[in-house]
Amino acid sequence: MAITVPRPKLNWRERLYLPAITAGLMITIKHLKNMIFRRTKVTMQYPEEKWDAELPEHYRGAPALVRDADGRVRCVACQLCEFICPPRAIKIIAGEIPANDRFSKVEKYPEEFDIDMVRCIFCGMCEEVCPEQAIFLRKDYAITGFTRAEMVHHKDKLLEIGGVMHGVVLKWNEKK
Amino acid sequence: MDGFYIVTSLLKIVAVIFLVILPMVSYAVYAERRVSALIQDRLGPNRVGPAGLFQPIADAAKFIFKEDFTPATVNTFYYWLAPCLAMVPAIITIAVVPFGSTLFGVPMVIADINVGILYVFAITSLGVYGIVLAGWASNSKYPFLGGIRSSSQMISYELSLGLAVIPIFLIVGNLRLTSVVQYQIEHGWMIAPFVGDWTNLGKWLLAIPMLISFFIFVIAVFAETNRLPFDLPEAEQELAGGYHTEYSSMKFALFFLGEYAAMITGSAIVVTLFFGGWHLPGIPDGSHGWIFGLINIAVFFAKVAALLFFFMWVRWTLPRFRYDQLMRLGWLFFFEIALVNIFIVAGILALIR
Repeated sequence: MAITVPRPKLNWRERLYLPAITAGLMITIKHLKNMIFRRTKVTMQYPEEKWDAELPEHYRGAPALVRDADGRVRCVACQLCEFICPPRAIKIIAGEIPANDRFSKVEKYPEEFDIDMVRCIFCGMCEEVCPEQAIFLRKDYAITGFTRAEMVHHKDKLLEIGGVMHGVVLKWNEKK
Repeated sequence: MDGFYIVTSLLKIVAVIFLVILPMVSYAVYAERRVSALIQDRLGPNRVGPAGLFQPIADAAKFIFKEDFTPATVNTFYYWLAPCLAMVPAIITIAVVPFGSTLFGVPMVIADINVGILYVFAITSLGVYGIVLAGWASNSKYPFLGGIRSSSQMISYELSLGLAVIPIFLIVGNLRLTSVVQYQIEHGWMIAPFVGDWTNLGKWLLAIPMLISFFIFVIAVFAETNRLPFDLPEAEQELAGGYHTEYSSMKFALFFLGEYAAMITGSAIVVTLFFGGWHLPGIPDGSHGWIFGLINIAVFFAKVAALLFFFMWVRWTLPRFRYDQLMRLGWLFFFEIALVNIFIVAGILALIR
């Protein structure tokens, strides 16, 4: 159905357009002036300014492995996180801890622990499922690389991001 | 013709083109991006160098190293000719514009010819060929429409452009641009006659039609340089870039720079005709010392820069005209107003002389 758009009848001042144009110019120059005198809030200038300090406690950044206070890698290679991981980003190859080791009760440790950060969706399910509290989502968010291979975080890298976690579950200490 | 004249002319050409116009063109692009950003509450390019000041260099490097792609269906000769035709008229117009008084006794105008303004109109109307040829030679629909729009728009507005300046030459009685500036030094700027015999009522009576002339001329310059609100030949939303859709690399850059060069020459002519050229009240001309000669040149280009800012300011304020509105405005309003304006000025002149 054709609709006739009612056009308002303009008076001579409106038809001259110059007052309207001047008003428009005044609005834009006001914006320019406020920008020049830095009265307008602008976006964060990312690489120079970062919001790292304001990140909330529950922020979900890159997953990482942690060591406990004794320096032991907390992960016992149970592979629950590998199971739960929705995009299947985690790959674990378990190894056996030798009998003469201080922590031989633990039985297994991850020989290899890879997280493919191209696949990772930062869901935090690995952290949730981990019975040993060995994997945590840290606050690193700028994860970059030139190749796909570079984007796979190996065990060393994960431990480096994770650092040392004190407290929480320490059940293996009592069974030394 | 003596050697001194030739050497100074060559020096002036090289200095004006390579030290003033081309840097000004590239920094006009930077300024455009910065001004548009600030108006829209953004920051604009601020990564390359301090405050992004090396952005034009980065842009140029990018344009040079991009693939220069020629589509298979184009008319190659005209396809290559069009970018040159877009750039050249814009630059050679500056030859007759007096951009300073004198420096070491040398007049600061490349060619002080006695048909100054006619030369300007003759050359600027060549600018339409660049766009029309680009549109036609691309052998593609969007550029073709852009070229057609551009040709009719430029031809329409050239009428009001020409008619709007006739009153000035009625007053000055001379087509030479240096004598227009000289007149404005003695009798005050065309639109603001505060200096010289400013108590003369006739001067103020003339300032009213001069203001009308100024408005029409500036708006026609907007249309001639395809700037918003009249950028229909390259309307991005409708024509996907218009006449330069099929161009890439440095050929595209030439269109882009040609538009800005045309803006600069347009502003230079507006400054010469209406804002007293290189004259600023209280500053003597170059015969009082070379420092004043340099200040005169600086004043001229400062005025041009202020006008360029106005161009950008308007561009980021007003929306684009519809095509029929554009034609209506050009033919039914500006043409008539400019024509009547000539008679008004002639009447006032007959009255006061």
